[in-house]
Amino acid sequence: MTDQTTWDPSQPILEIEHLSISFFTRLREIPAVMDFSCTVMPGEAMGLVGESGCGKSTVALGVMQDLGKNGRIVGGSIKFKGRDLCKMSDDELRAIRGKEIAMIYQEPMASLNPAMKIGEQLAEVPMIHEGLSRAKALELARQIVADVRLPDPDRILKAYPHQLSGGQQQRIVIAMALMSKPALLILDEPTTALDVTVEAGIVDLVKDLGEKYGTSMLFISHNLGLILETCDRLCVMYSGEAVETGAVAEVFDEMRHPYTQALFRSIPLPGADKNARPLIAIPGNFPLPHERPQGCNFGPRCDYFQKGRCDARDIAMDPVPGGDRHESRCLRFAEIDWDAPPQVAKTTEKSPIGPVVLKMDDLRKYYEVSSGAFGDGVAKVVKANESLSFEAHEGETLAIVGESGCGKSTFAKVLMGLETATSGEILLFDENIQDTPIQQRNANTVSSVQMVFQNPFDTLNPSMTVGRQIIRALEIFGEGRNDAERHQRMLELLDLVKLPRAFAERKPRQLSGGQKQRVGIARAFAGGAKIVVADEPVSALDVSVQAAVTDLLMEIQRKNRTTLLFISHDLSVVRYLSDRVMVMYLGHVVEIGTTDEVFSPPYHPYTEALLSAVPIADTRVKKKRIVLEGDIPSAMNPPPGCPFQTRCRWKSRVPGGLCDREMPPMREMGNGHQIKCHLSEEELASMEPVIQIAAE
Amino acid sequence: MLRFLLRRFGTMILTGLCLSFVVFYLTNLKPNLERLAKTQASARMTQSQVHDWLVEHGYGEPVLKRYGEWLGVVPGWTGKNTETGAPMGRCVDPNNPTTKAATYCGILQGTWGYSTVFRSSVSSILSTRLQATGILMLWVLILMIPVSLVVGIVSGMREGSRLDRGLSVASIATTATPEYVSGVVLIVLLSSPMMGLSPVLRHWGLLHGTALFKGSAASALDHVTFANFTLPVVTVALYGTGYIARMTRASMTEVMTAQYIRTARLKGVRFRTVVLKHALRNALIAPFTVIMLQIPWLLNGVVITETLFNYKGFGWTLVQAAEGNDIELLLGCSIVAVVVVLLTQLISDIGYIYLNPRIRIS
Repeated sequence: MTDQTTWDPSQPILEIEHLSISFFTRLREIPAVMDFSCTVMPGEAMGLVGESGCGKSTVALGVMQDLGKNGRIVGGSIKFKGRDLCKMSDDELRAIRGKEIAMIYQEPMASLNPAMKIGEQLAEVPMIHEGLSRAKALELARQIVADVRLPDPDRILKAYPHQLSGGQQQRIVIAMALMSKPALLILDEPTTALDVTVEAGIVDLVKDLGEKYGTSMLFISHNLGLILETCDRLCVMYSGEAVETGAVAEVFDEMRHPYTQALFRSIPLPGADKNARPLIAIPGNFPLPHERPQGCNFGPRCDYFQKGRCDARDIAMDPVPGGDRHESRCLRFAEIDWDAPPQVAKTTEKSPIGPVVLKMDDLRKYYEVSSGAFGDGVAKVVKANESLSFEAHEGETLAIVGESGCGKSTFAKVLMGLETATSGEILLFDENIQDTPIQQRNANTVSSVQMVFQNPFDTLNPSMTVGRQIIRALEIFGEGRNDAERHQRMLELLDLVKLPRAFAERKPRQLSGGQKQRVGIARAFAGGAKIVVADEPVSALDVSVQAAVTDLLMEIQRKNRTTLLFISHDLSVVRYLSDRVMVMYLGHVVEIGTTDEVFSPPYHPYTEALLSAVPIADTRVKKKRIVLEGDIPSAMNPPPGCPFQTRCRWKSRVPGGLCDREMPPMREMGNGHQIKCHLSEEELASMEPVIQIAAE
Repeated sequence: MLRFLLRRFGTMILTGLCLSFVVFYLTNLKPNLERLAKTQASARMTQSQVHDWLVEHGYGEPVLKRYGEWLGVVPGWTGKNTETGAPMGRCVDPNNPTTKAATYCGILQGTWGYSTVFRSSVSSILSTRLQATGILMLWVLILMIPVSLVVGIVSGMREGSRLDRGLSVASIATTATPEYVSGVVLIVLLSSPMMGLSPVLRHWGLLHGTALFKGSAASALDHVTFANFTLPVVTVALYGTGYIARMTRASMTEVMTAQYIRTARLKGVRFRTVVLKHALRNALIAPFTVIMLQIPWLLNGVVITETLFNYKGFGWTLVQAAEGNDIELLLGCSIVAVVVVLLTQLISDIGYIYLNPRIRIS
């Protein structure tokens, strides 16, 4: 405590200077972070942005001095309130951890002890650091739980982590971090595992609490939009180094590092369009830690690379003239014309939409589940899909949007034949397939409806070569007359997904995430699929790779006239690439229409909230803030009447409590745009756009 | 909970029926019965005499019917002795054939049959022998569980440390050594007056008797002492200790790398508290099941150990019954084994639910 008196509050609270962290394996030393410097002032929120593997989480663990057995700080210093954390003893560190610096983690479920009650876990913090009695500590815990806006704190304190929803768990982790009113809060991707509307609530909470307690924050994220909403300053990392740092607005609007620029050009911002203004993917791959190039790490992927200069020697961070502590690790930032418009990649014509290939009519899927560990609970019915009706056309991209538990994955399973429908019809080219499980479907049907999965890491057989896996798919689909023909076809498929033919001999572990997903796409298209269900195909990939994979999907679609059912929760990507959007909530389709119609008023109240929740990495965008209260109701116990009524902010505008009693009808808004809502025409017409782009 | 228990009991009974039928069928195969007839009556019987003897003693009926009789759901067979004319039958007391016999006499009625080797009723043999083995098992568990859990947790809490390596080697060594090896080694090392430790200790004047421990546990049946019981207990416990310690270590190392342990560490919790308060309970979920699985395995282990140390318990009885082709006793032993296996499984399932709040009903 004596140090707090000697520390001058006008000084930085956290000062990292030339920090280098390495992990030591038997083979070699792997430098994870090199020459990293950053300063956080009291009350300031600092964002750390970068793709996976860039070292941002390692920096956080370095600050906590918790690098595990193999990690070691090999250079530089981390000063917290003027004291070097690297030189502290275990006891001194323990006094700081949880008390002065607290951390919030990516996966709330895994971060809470499953066998301890919430109250117990929260009360521990003040009991250790302030020597409070158990009763006093529990009382404080109750107060903080109320502070993080959780309902019924007494019940929650007595609950085990698994009894809470993901959003509630993350609020508990935040409450735990705030128990001792820390001076610095480290947030490591705190909302990545959560749904967007829940994320919006958490972000609001963190911002408010930061202001209330005056806590400084180190906010780690790969999501630029989130950083814009939460932080004052940011630091962009690439391959273990900070490449650019500065105030958020300055870096967003006047970036001075080619990587930052490339990053912004590869994410779908409002205004991007798959035909007229396609995304520009960053070429190449992220270098592995032991394969970093000489000189600038970004050099091999950079548009402005100059041989003999950029790859000559190590490059230091240099201040950008006229900036507010704005620095860039680029030799050429003064020479580059930053306002030059990007070299537009080839634009394409909007491809025409063909006839209907897939028709859903009043499709329902119910599951019966019994609850209770001893299996003696009453069987309940989960209505995963309720009266799903829509059509998909040839060459069209239909996006299916909704949060977890909305039934979008169930729908995909029924379509694929992994489950059979409870009632209703699926018409695939005038053939009823709703009752045919995949084992009984003929090769033609199976090959014409294929799927690209979310996680390319788990969906490829690790012990089979890439080529063999594609050939296997060809065999199953009955493609090719003999092995030689199939081999040839496999090589063509690799060409189609732009992988070198040599990759046929590789095992999946030798491929990067983006490359694996390309193999997944090649496999899906092996039988000339007419309909491809892409279940969050890019959400597990890094931002710079996402653009390339989405573009690839679009290109194949254009070529093959495939119908793409694009399941996603990322509305930015959806807006960029889909022709029509279907919004689902609790098993119901609440809105369906063309992308423009869905993204502009009138909205369904849920669509409105969803749009508002998505963070957009553009300083020009003005958003209306709509934070949904509470969690998504359980599909086992849906509310009566309108499924969205428990969280709807427009509910009071509907007279007579109609929302509580009756399921709203699907209303035709013209041109095939449908909304499932009780609101009157006038009320719907009075809605304002959520996202507005300020005039330049 | 009640419905779960009832259902589990239902499946237990069904499993018990199936298993006991399998054992019944195997012990009642034709060659076995012939051997029985020859040992019971005369070794020089002709094939037709054997057949007559079997029919006379109720072995001639179909297997299913006899299984029913043995269970006690089909009336026991009755007949007459061809020579004396005295009534015979499943339920007839061979020593006192004239008293009125019951109609049903199977294990359901508490009649476990008559042991041909020990010339006594199976139930009385089993109860005394099981008691003896029970005492042995009790001491084994008292030694094995604490030692193995402590070893497992200590080596698992700092994976890869020198302590972990040492303890791991020791536990692997004990698990890899079967009882008949470790038992013999222990006897040679500790209980021989001529070899091992005892002569050395005697030479130094530290030991006054002939040997440190006794190589036979026969006297432990009447009176358990440190000298006569240590070696059998250690022999049985050694194997299980290493095994459970390995399982506990695996579970502990996994828990120690869990994110919630990092959370606790970064809350400022001391290492000792992290281990005791945060890791221990989560780490004990897996070993609990393993310990419960070990109990039937111990029943198996005592066969060798009891024979080796001449301790007349369940295992020793089983060996005698098998050697003497004692069908009823073998059947009784297997029923005991089946019940032990199923009961420990039930306890392990229920315990698992209570240890792991994630699968408990809220």
